[in-house]
Amino acid sequence: MNIQQFRELAHNGLWKQNTGLAQLLGLCPILAVSTSMVNAVSLGLATILVMALANLAVSALRSYIPYEIRIPVFILIIAALTTVVDLSFNAYFHDLYLVLGIFIPLIVTNCIVLARVEAYAAKNDPLTSTLDGVMMGLGLVWVLGLLGGIRELLGAGTLFSGIEMIVPSLSAWNVFGDDYPGFLVAMLPPGAFITLGCLIAAFNTINAKLAERTRQHPPTAPASTDAEPAGVN
Amino acid sequence: MIHAPYIRKPASVQRLMGLVLLALLPGIAAYVYTVGAGILVNLAIATGTALAAEALVLALRKRPVAIALSDLSAVLTAWLVALCFPPITPWWLTMIGVLVAIVIAKQLYGGLGQNPFNPAMVAYCTAIVAYPALMSQWPPVGGMDFGTQLGLILGGARDIDGLTGATALDALRSGLHAGAGPVDVLRQGPAFGFLGGSGWEWIALGYAVGGLFLLAARVITWHMPAAFIATLALVSGLFWLFDAARFASPLFHLASGGAMLAAFFIVTDPVSGATTPRGKLIFAAGVALIAWIIRNFGAYPEGIAFGVLLMNLCVPLIDMKTQPRVFGHRGERR
Repeated sequence: MNIQQFRELAHNGLWKQNTGLAQLLGLCPILAVSTSMVNAVSLGLATILVMALANLAVSALRSYIPYEIRIPVFILIIAALTTVVDLSFNAYFHDLYLVLGIFIPLIVTNCIVLARVEAYAAKNDPLTSTLDGVMMGLGLVWVLGLLGGIRELLGAGTLFSGIEMIVPSLSAWNVFGDDYPGFLVAMLPPGAFITLGCLIAAFNTINAKLAERTRQHPPTAPASTDAEPAGVN
Repeated sequence: MIHAPYIRKPASVQRLMGLVLLALLPGIAAYVYTVGAGILVNLAIATGTALAAEALVLALRKRPVAIALSDLSAVLTAWLVALCFPPITPWWLTMIGVLVAIVIAKQLYGGLGQNPFNPAMVAYCTAIVAYPALMSQWPPVGGMDFGTQLGLILGGARDIDGLTGATALDALRSGLHAGAGPVDVLRQGPAFGFLGGSGWEWIALGYAVGGLFLLAARVITWHMPAAFIATLALVSGLFWLFDAARFASPLFHLASGGAMLAAFFIVTDPVSGATTPRGKLIFAAGVALIAWIIRNFGAYPEGIAFGVLLMNLCVPLIDMKTQPRVFGHRGERR
């Protein structure tokens, strides 16, 4: 794998095909656990683990999985790996495990995991597949973190509440002081939808601006000549 | 929808909105007379915020600002928001409400004529879900002078349980839940007047007068107010006859809360409501039914706003199912 491939994987996962903003897959956990930044990022990290491991496992086994029953096999692999992550969270971050609750086992049903396994890992070698899982997961994590941060800041006026569940010596940051009245709607489901909608709008605006700039200033020649011969294979 | 005899003068948005604002004046006058002038401050804050927010979003959307600002639709939304909120709402909550109404409920959906939900009701629901305590503090009629109201609006200390009280609807429901007695006994309490809430019934009368003016001026048709009032009276009347100790009378329901404001000014919103004649009847009846259910069995002091939003969701279906028969065609209703 060369640096060009790595950059493409990273760009796809973190921005262009971002699971939260572009593919809009796995919205249920995104909306449900993003009430605080710590919850959101923790679930995102658990999802990265599952995605990387599932992509690695499926990619390694891809020539042994009969095409006709591949989906049940994928789900079995993902379910086994999710159970591993679930039990590890229960063992090492028990408080956090109690907060996230059902959403860790539900990673099995998160369609983004199956989507990457089916669309990428079943057709590519183990190394790039694992990287794809990590990058897609990182794309999910930053969106989840941003969404959770905005909702927590508006709704409760704090950031990093619950951090003591992961690093016991830290505590939440009370941004607006103690007499902030809170804006409960941001914490409730409607706030999740409205905030995610605003993020998607911002994402589309930035993409439109970037496309406009590329149209006015086409990329310079060296970059394309470099990529072309390598892209054949 | 245009009805014969046809008006020669084109009914501009500005003229319609101006007439609706004019029709709100009797209710506002009664409000100032019975409750106090604090509502005028709220109306001013709401109007200023609405115009500024509208101008800002229009500028961001690269649309002509002056035309949209002078059509008075933002002012009407602002007034409805201010009239739904308690008259001693702190200034920032009024501003949040208006911003939600103008920016999220109206402009993000495409501006005037494009919003699927009634902006003022979105603002009310957002505020009551986010700040249930602040939205439930209403001043007693005639019991709070303008200085105190102004102080509360400008963010004064709100340890005012002695000064404010629940509305008649709130007092009735919590009284019934607590088992404090049948309706007749509860209605001896200070919050209650002859028909609805003490003093608030005059405000309701003011809204009704303004609503009749709108009907006479053909700004609104009879369908929505009639269906709203009839449904509310019918369903509350049935349960009142069934058990008068647990359910308030139809007159109480019509005269308290936002019933009159809703009947003539809120369900009649031409953008977010149904447009066919039969659809208007179904829409307004649905709002009244949901409002009555929430008033009696829900947890919030008033249910009309939730009723309006839920029925807004049904509008495309209602309109599709109630297309009027085209003249000359067989009456084959789909």
